[in-house]
Amino acid sequence: MDALEIEVKALNFYYGQVHALKEINLPVYKNRVTALIGPSGCGKTTLLRCFNRMHDLYPGNRYRGEIIFKGRNILADNIDLIDLRSRIGMVFQKPTPFPMSIFDNIAYGLKLRGIRRRSELSERVERALRHAALWDEVKDKLNESAYALSGGQQQRLVIARALAVEPEVLLFDEPTSALDPISTAKIEELAVELKKEVTIIIVTHNMQQAARISDWTGFLMLGELIEFDRTDKIFTSPSQKLTEDYITGRFG
Amino acid sequence: MTRGLKKNPVDFLFGTLTGIASLSVVVLIGGIFFALLIESIPAIERFGIIRFITTVDWDPVAEVFGAASTLYGTAVTTVLSLLFAIPVAIGIAIFITEIAPSFLKGPIGTAIELLAAIPSIIYGMWGLFTLAPIMEEYIEPFLQGSLGRVPLLGILFQGTPMGIDLFTASVILSIMIIPFTASVARDSFNLTPSIVKESAYAVGATKWEVVKDVVLPYSKLGVFGGVVLSLGRALGETMAVAFVLGNNHQITSSLFDAAATITVSLANEFTEADTDIYLSSLYYLALLLFVMSFITLAIAKLFLLRAERRYSR
Repeated sequence: MDALEIEVKALNFYYGQVHALKEINLPVYKNRVTALIGPSGCGKTTLLRCFNRMHDLYPGNRYRGEIIFKGRNILADNIDLIDLRSRIGMVFQKPTPFPMSIFDNIAYGLKLRGIRRRSELSERVERALRHAALWDEVKDKLNESAYALSGGQQQRLVIARALAVEPEVLLFDEPTSALDPISTAKIEELAVELKKEVTIIIVTHNMQQAARISDWTGFLMLGELIEFDRTDKIFTSPSQKLTEDYITGRFG
Repeated sequence: MTRGLKKNPVDFLFGTLTGIASLSVVVLIGGIFFALLIESIPAIERFGIIRFITTVDWDPVAEVFGAASTLYGTAVTTVLSLLFAIPVAIGIAIFITEIAPSFLKGPIGTAIELLAAIPSIIYGMWGLFTLAPIMEEYIEPFLQGSLGRVPLLGILFQGTPMGIDLFTASVILSIMIIPFTASVARDSFNLTPSIVKESAYAVGATKWEVVKDVVLPYSKLGVFGGVVLSLGRALGETMAVAFVLGNNHQITSSLFDAAATITVSLANEFTEADTDIYLSSLYYLALLLFVMSFITLAIAKLFLLRAERRYSR
């Protein structure tokens, strides 16, 4: 039984005059991995960035419709974005460590929330690093610069940083597109492991990746959600011709 | 295949001409340096190096010349102007890159560039006729009445405020270097990848926290380079300070006293230099300034280069 975590209702999104998302309706289930796939420019990243209101950073962007999370429409004007973003974390295409030590990177979100006690910080940093399967590799060099880590380690560091503030949802925006196959495999394993605790929405260009790690898949094209279903259903017997054409590699 | 390229006469001519143009810069720098050096030799022989830069006296009648007072004036005006300019410049850069709505970014950026385009003689005139009286009547008495009463700090604000002094000169200088510092800082801030800034927002940072914890640390090398560049500019600026500094060769603890910088005494005294040793001493001052500016610029370039390399990884 999959329980609903987020519900997207008739969502439209505009970059200025450009109508980038059209009437999207989509359930996101708790403790499941939901993959968003589709050709470049289909709106999957745009959709992902609606969940933590990343679009608000830039002028001229407009939402219409609703995204219901914890009984509230997170697209409403009175939503506290700082609070929203600590409940819905995000990991980007490229590793984005901050210019500070490994420890401080993880502790950053905690400090923003006013946690100052060294013992509590240490404990939560360790827990986050363990969750992100990075603890054993960095426990002896927590005070070194995060830039000293490899790309794959940096990406797990960023995941740990997002986990440290104990979000309910994690957004992954093509998290492995800048990584080698071994690091990619580790991140994928991690995503599957993490869904015990958080709900994951992942945008990916890599259909095998979607098939491997997700429970549900949404296929988007030209700003519309063409099909949404269980991942095995999408990849074995999609109900839409467009979906079938895309996953069999006829375009995209 | 390469034979055709090598013998192409247009390419050869083009290469030679641009090469000569570039080489002329190097020759010029060397030429200026040696001209200064040769002219200063009599003064260097007479006063040495250490003695010249530690002697306060600048007495054309007794033919005793030392650079200490002008070095002091140069150092005080430069440091003070940086102190005034850096916070404002960084504030401007933060506002333009991170806070201003896009319709304000263009106009403010242009205004800053215009500030840099005003000839320094105009700053000097404005300083003498407008700023100095304001300083004399309002700002300096106010500072004297407030900060001047603070123990230790108070010695900086003694004497009769005249408006023609180290303080006014530093304020003018700071207005002149704000555009440079601000534009270099702005360019450095823009080097921070937006994805890293977004990551900070994504863990719930506010705008101020993103600037403080991500943008500033990310661009500190570039900003530092910009500051040193401005320092070089402040060191060499002449006309703006010549009007409001008074050209008085003395070392004084009060910022409300007239003083001299290297540039100001050079501008004022070449026409009066009636003895060979006087003239040579002025050249010696110029040589010192040349070397100081050169070192400053080299340091700035080094930092800016390192900053660029770091972000282009």
